[in-house]
Amino acid sequence: MRLTAFVAALSAVLASFATPVEADQTHVAVAANFTEPAKEIAALFKQKTGHEAVLIFGASGAFFTQITHSAPFEVFLSADSDRPKAAIDGGFAVADSLFTYAIGKLVLWSRVVDVTDGEAALKAGNFQKLSIANPVAAPYGTAAVETMKALGVYDALTPKIVQGNSIAQAFQFIDTRNAELGFVALSQLHRVTEGTRWEVPPNLYSPIRQDAVLLKTGADSEASKAFLAFLKGSEARAIIEQFGYALE
Amino acid sequence: MPPEIWVPIRLTIELAAITTLTLLIVATPLAWWLARSRAAWKEAVAAIVSLPMVLPPTVLGFYLLILLGPDGPGGAIASLWGARTLAFTFTGLVIGSIVSSMPFVVQPIRNAFAAIGDRPLEVAATLRASPRRAFWTVAFPLASPGLLTGAVLGFAHTVGEFGVILMIGGNIPGRTRVMSTAIFDFVETMRWREANMLAGGMVVFAFAVILSMILLEKRFARAGA
Amino acid sequence: MSDGETIRVDFKSVLGKFSLQANFAAPARGVTALFGPSGCGKTTVLRCIAGLTRVEDGLCIVAGDVWQDPGGAFLPTHKRPLGYVFQEASLFAHLSVRRNLMFGAPRGKARTRKGKIAFDEVVELLGVTALLDRAPGKLSGGERQRVAIGRALLSQPKLLLMDEPLSALDRATKDEILPFLERLRDRLSLPIIYITHSIAEVERLADQIVLIEKGRVIGAGPLEELQSDPSLPLAVARDAAVTLDGVIAAHDSGYGLLTLTIRGGSLIVPAPPAAVGGRRRIRVIAGDVSLAREKPGLSSILNVLPARIVSAKPVGDQELVAVLTLGADETGARLLSRLTRKSWEALGFTEGMSVYAQVKAVALAPGRGELE
Repeated sequence: MRLTAFVAALSAVLASFATPVEADQTHVAVAANFTEPAKEIAALFKQKTGHEAVLIFGASGAFFTQITHSAPFEVFLSADSDRPKAAIDGGFAVADSLFTYAIGKLVLWSRVVDVTDGEAALKAGNFQKLSIANPVAAPYGTAAVETMKALGVYDALTPKIVQGNSIAQAFQFIDTRNAELGFVALSQLHRVTEGTRWEVPPNLYSPIRQDAVLLKTGADSEASKAFLAFLKGSEARAIIEQFGYALE
Repeated sequence: MPPEIWVPIRLTIELAAITTLTLLIVATPLAWWLARSRAAWKEAVAAIVSLPMVLPPTVLGFYLLILLGPDGPGGAIASLWGARTLAFTFTGLVIGSIVSSMPFVVQPIRNAFAAIGDRPLEVAATLRASPRRAFWTVAFPLASPGLLTGAVLGFAHTVGEFGVILMIGGNIPGRTRVMSTAIFDFVETMRWREANMLAGGMVVFAFAVILSMILLEKRFARAGA
Repeated sequence: MSDGETIRVDFKSVLGKFSLQANFAAPARGVTALFGPSGCGKTTVLRCIAGLTRVEDGLCIVAGDVWQDPGGAFLPTHKRPLGYVFQEASLFAHLSVRRNLMFGAPRGKARTRKGKIAFDEVVELLGVTALLDRAPGKLSGGERQRVAIGRALLSQPKLLLMDEPLSALDRATKDEILPFLERLRDRLSLPIIYITHSIAEVERLADQIVLIEKGRVIGAGPLEELQSDPSLPLAVARDAAVTLDGVIAAHDSGYGLLTLTIRGGSLIVPAPPAAVGGRRRIRVIAGDVSLAREKPGLSSILNVLPARIVSAKPVGDQELVAVLTLGADETGARLLSRLTRKSWEALGFTEGMSVYAQVKAVALAPGRGELE
């Protein structure tokens, strides 16, 4: 993940040298789980404003490290709220540009077990492996743990938990049926029709706020500011909701 | 040392040891065949064996996930004891490590066998040694530096394996959370002290391994001149 | 000779751009030399006899045992009771000299069979006692080759194959090892097939010779016969010579000369004194033999023998090689004489003519001077 992000960033930088700098481009670091909606939004953005948003996808943790080492991103769309805040605190981002662009919805998904009544399925425990994202690395993982604790099943299920190092990997474990079920992001199930799912009631876990922030490197960039504005607009919000996120 | 430090170390060493031993048993006949066969498709086999060296761990890990899972042979084997998959198990890690470290073991052994050439084996045949006896009493001892190199490389590579283990391990403490994934966790949670302990330990270990390999090879080379 | 006394070989094949058609029979006793120029296929033939190279259409029967036949029978090398000495000693680098020597020795029940070649005997024969616990890497070329020969012998072979064992060694080492090989031949009753491109080694060691050229056997038989056969390359070579076995008839200690009786005549050779009746091998080079129509008068040449010209063959434009038989009839020993065409024509020599052979120099064949 890190490596791809870094290489992508490098090529973006080199590419930006190739085109005349007319401030109609902006480099956006996008959390991996937001890939599909980001692409649609960027296409629409170009259509409406003529500005081009160059998207780089990857893990928020990796992006954060790079940003603190002067990576040339201008906008940061994180998978959580901690990292954009840390960027502001560290002086790498513009303080009043922070806002929540999407709220992640946690969902329990299975291709093997019927989880339409997720709570019952979890309590029954008729499975060998349950997949979550590593809580240390992804907020969806933390949310999954919170949910299980709230339902009082965490201790019983701990021996069955397997961790993917990202939400994408957690998804892969379930998709290949190595784990019978697991917690993923609703946005990942956007075009998926197999299996059964249970949208976890939001009161069971702390909201997964995905925050966006303008980085200092893009502070004077018209395209960057325009992109963030577009992201708050109704067209973008419609797309975001369509993909399975909640909005503020 | 708290368990979160020494358990991954123990797991890593166990994994590397079992993988290396298994690989020596599997790779030696394969390397022998590659060194001596005249089959036209021999190099195609060699290329397949070398693939893990070239493929990104994510690709390898992905295919392993399918192979180990309920839709693949792994699932069939696992069902013998009521499990659905070999992923997330130590056995699965061993299989994954065997695949990913195979080229590092086969290559030096093949080279060692090839370096022997035909003559010593012809000599052995003229001295009443059956092909089997010739292998054990002539080829094997002459190739032993290569086997040692292969063992060391296989061991070291498995210790350092990260990508594949990440893809199929599931990071289960005590079962599949080895040193490399444990370090990843510590870095993610910014526990630099623990990360340094493990990572620093790995660097020292790798250095010791490589140094002893070089020294041993020199000693073997002198003895056999 | 009955089956049990011969080694029959017949290999036909095309290996690369080389076609092999080797067919000969050798006695299962004594040294048979395979002789020919480099690249003529001698090594291939030896490897086929050993089974190291497998030719589809091949026959190899050693003293009655079928090692290979065109019907498909093929005994793998490790089942053939042979010993093979390669050109480079090829000792096992990971074993001491002692363990190398014992590598092919029979183990278990077969160990104490009677009549076998014993370890101590071999070690003494080849002079390697002092080397037993050394590593092969610490031996000289000559020492390595002696160990290789010992190793082959200790596998109790019924046939010993040697592929130019001395070629890779320098002159001094060769001279050091040849006596060992002669002792080998004299003391062990073991047939040996010996490849060489050195006629000197052939003369010294071999009883029979098989001539090979371009993958084909062009002549096989006792050395003397083949040396004086004008259709074979030996007789017309620049250094053509004949080797003859003679019996000591007298010795002249005053002048340091021996008189040796050979078939059809006798020759006087400078040599240290020795007992009458002893046997010696001598060498007469074609270029040292000249011909006279009449018995020459006062001349410093000691050896002037009556002989008859059997045949004459041109060599190049200006020279001839004449084959002579000593004495009055056809049974005398053969000599070669190399002369200019001018002399041949000027003196009117013809085949069948009685002449006098003047042998300017006779030498005891090196090493093999003493035949007992």
